[in-house]
Amino acid sequence: MKAKIAVLAVSAAIAAIGSTTVLAQAKEQFFPVLSYRTGAYAPNGIPFANGYVDYLKLVNARDGGIGGVKITFEECETGYATDKGVECYERLKGKGPTGATAFHPLSTGITFAVTDKSFADKIPIITFGYGRADSVDGTVFAWNFPLGGTYWDAADMLVQHIGKKEGGLDKLKGKKIALVYHDSPYGKEPIALLQERAKMHGYELLLLPVTHPGVEQKATWLQVRQQRPDYVFLWGWGVMNSTAIKEAVATGYPREKMYGVWWSGAEPDVTPAGDGAKGYNSLVFMAPAGLGQVHKDMVKYVYDKGQGTGKKEDLGQVLYNRGMVGAMMTVEAVRKAQVKYGKKPLKGEEVRWGLENLSIDAATIKKLGFDGFMSPVSTSCVDHHGGSQAGIHTWDGKQWVIEKGTLLRADSTIIKPMIRASAEKYAAEKKIVKRDCAKEAG
Amino acid sequence: MFYRENGQFKSTYASDQQMLPILQDRAFLLGLLVFAFGVVPFVVTDYVFLSLLIPFLILTLAAIGLNLLVGYCGQISIGHAAFMAVGAYAAYNLALRVPQLSFLVVLVLSGLIAAAVGMLFGIPSLRIKGLYLAVATLAAQFFMDWLFARVKWFTNYSPSGSVSTAPIELFGWRVDTPVEKYLLLLGILVVFTLVAKNLVRSHIGREWMAMRDMDVAAEVIGIRPVYAKLTAFAVSAFYCGVAGALWGFVYLGSWEPLAFNLTLSLNLLFMIIIGGMGSLLGSFFGAAFIVTLPILLDQVPQWLGMPMSTAMASHLALMIFGGLIVFFLIVEPHGLARLWAIGKEKLRLWPFPH
Repeated sequence: MKAKIAVLAVSAAIAAIGSTTVLAQAKEQFFPVLSYRTGAYAPNGIPFANGYVDYLKLVNARDGGIGGVKITFEECETGYATDKGVECYERLKGKGPTGATAFHPLSTGITFAVTDKSFADKIPIITFGYGRADSVDGTVFAWNFPLGGTYWDAADMLVQHIGKKEGGLDKLKGKKIALVYHDSPYGKEPIALLQERAKMHGYELLLLPVTHPGVEQKATWLQVRQQRPDYVFLWGWGVMNSTAIKEAVATGYPREKMYGVWWSGAEPDVTPAGDGAKGYNSLVFMAPAGLGQVHKDMVKYVYDKGQGTGKKEDLGQVLYNRGMVGAMMTVEAVRKAQVKYGKKPLKGEEVRWGLENLSIDAATIKKLGFDGFMSPVSTSCVDHHGGSQAGIHTWDGKQWVIEKGTLLRADSTIIKPMIRASAEKYAAEKKIVKRDCAKEAG
Repeated sequence: MFYRENGQFKSTYASDQQMLPILQDRAFLLGLLVFAFGVVPFVVTDYVFLSLLIPFLILTLAAIGLNLLVGYCGQISIGHAAFMAVGAYAAYNLALRVPQLSFLVVLVLSGLIAAAVGMLFGIPSLRIKGLYLAVATLAAQFFMDWLFARVKWFTNYSPSGSVSTAPIELFGWRVDTPVEKYLLLLGILVVFTLVAKNLVRSHIGREWMAMRDMDVAAEVIGIRPVYAKLTAFAVSAFYCGVAGALWGFVYLGSWEPLAFNLTLSLNLLFMIIIGGMGSLLGSFFGAAFIVTLPILLDQVPQWLGMPMSTAMASHLALMIFGGLIVFFLIVEPHGLARLWAIGKEKLRLWPFPH
């Protein structure tokens, strides 16, 4: 007990010293950036990090920050490794006048690890299009925000899509679908949903794991050759994707029958395979390739001033755009929270309110210059997900082409009960007291 | 001048056999313990606890375990992360399925399960030696990786294969702040170090060392190789099992099989090679070197205010770290513990070396 009091006294003293420096500091909102520019996942990590950081620079240069509060940021290299990611999280969570705004772990493994910590640290974890599928449930996962879609959504949409191609979901009976996946929490996430759907439609699911980092896939594709699945879903990341496409070419598996998830459909995944990648498809939640109004601003305010993080030619790539969208949603959440808490540096807890009341509608998207790169998102305390829709894009040998007229939505009647069951289990394991959203709103 | 044992006479067997025969050593260790328990919790930030001290303490425990086997008994193993994994998953399942158990009981039980598995994988050591044994222990590594990734029961049918643990409670004390975690780990480490120190000074430790130095001669003077080797495997796996359970529950909180992969096994081996084989102190040095140095090196450019991309900084850190390992192995192949011993020898003569 005595020790506790002393700890409190010391931390109070440190906090007192800290707060005097806050007064001296300008109004700043600190954005931590967990990135990976080295290792097997760097080809995908670099464009994402560039997009994320560039957008923060753009907001500072063009708008003078968020509501007059300047954005500061610091990168930390995770190398996609969970332990390193946790170290980075600990390193950055307390920086800036009010601590970290929100984390984008950009790795499912790191997401799992920091989710545990978020309850004590009160910092939101944004995992848009990745992370734990069950974290949609805001009453249990109070700090996780899988904005815009999860792997269960993605898997559901892909099954629906091929169902449509075959002329109805009932036609999937007796078909074989192979899931070639990264043998980590990331790759294993969709399995539960695909199995659920397999029970409903009677297709056979082949599970083909690929060990990290995924440069050795001969055995996996030998199985594809023997089993001849009707479709292959590719749940890879980094060099695993391009290796898989090369192996598909070598095995003679038609690329048109291959569907990647959102994270298996960017330029670094297909360009190493050359012409062989032509016809390969992937799901795309938001932020496809291309240039829009926001890119013009980016060139004008950031790149022409020599402040760009990457190369000007790489603007508009899939992962670059995705990084920008990630930064944009975080910035918008801070802007929303400023309405309630005032235009000052905000704490993670206050940013969470912004994230839970986020409503980025079509008009806002247009105003921000993201027209065509994003679908509307609207969240609540219970729903940390905000609605998700996706299209399919295909690599034509030079660029990603969006399939016209395809708009997929996940079937919530299947996913909702799964989310509830999984979240309940997590709450029971971790002994978490669920939030009462009705009470908090009142 | 200060570090001399002159005038310290041993008049009883007990005083001659005590763990630290020199008064100054006892005083130093006492001071260190007082510092670690009494001062560190008040002066160190959460970041240092969570990113440096907690992993350091847990990996030290694992390194001690491996050192008992490799350094004292001479049986090389490059699969010790597997025993950590056994400990971690055993603790997870015990805590989940038998929630009445106290955390300390869970810890000991998971250590015992790891010990049983360790003995199983130690059986090949009765027939094969050296590098061949190392390859055989690699089987443990790959088998456990496979087992925990594929057999769903161990991960309680979690869809992603990742498990997460409940907070630790000890007799109503909920261990959740970094300081509390640190104190818990420090307590456990002190107890386990004491046990290890006394094990290696006892008859069983001497049997291990006899096996290490020359197994044929040891057998001739009446040491049973089966007993000596398998106890070494068991005790070593017990330590690693406990360390694995702590790694999962205290440090990670949630983990996937990848957390205990071959890299961790190799890191443990590097720790005892750099720290010093056959030295408990070496385990501490080695763990400190491997855990803290990369993290510190990574941040040096930022402290100095050098504008450098994170990629460049982490590449540089990797190169410098590798360079330092080579440097230390060339300067002192017996490890950092040997450097420490040389320092102590010099200190005895200081300031009048002859």
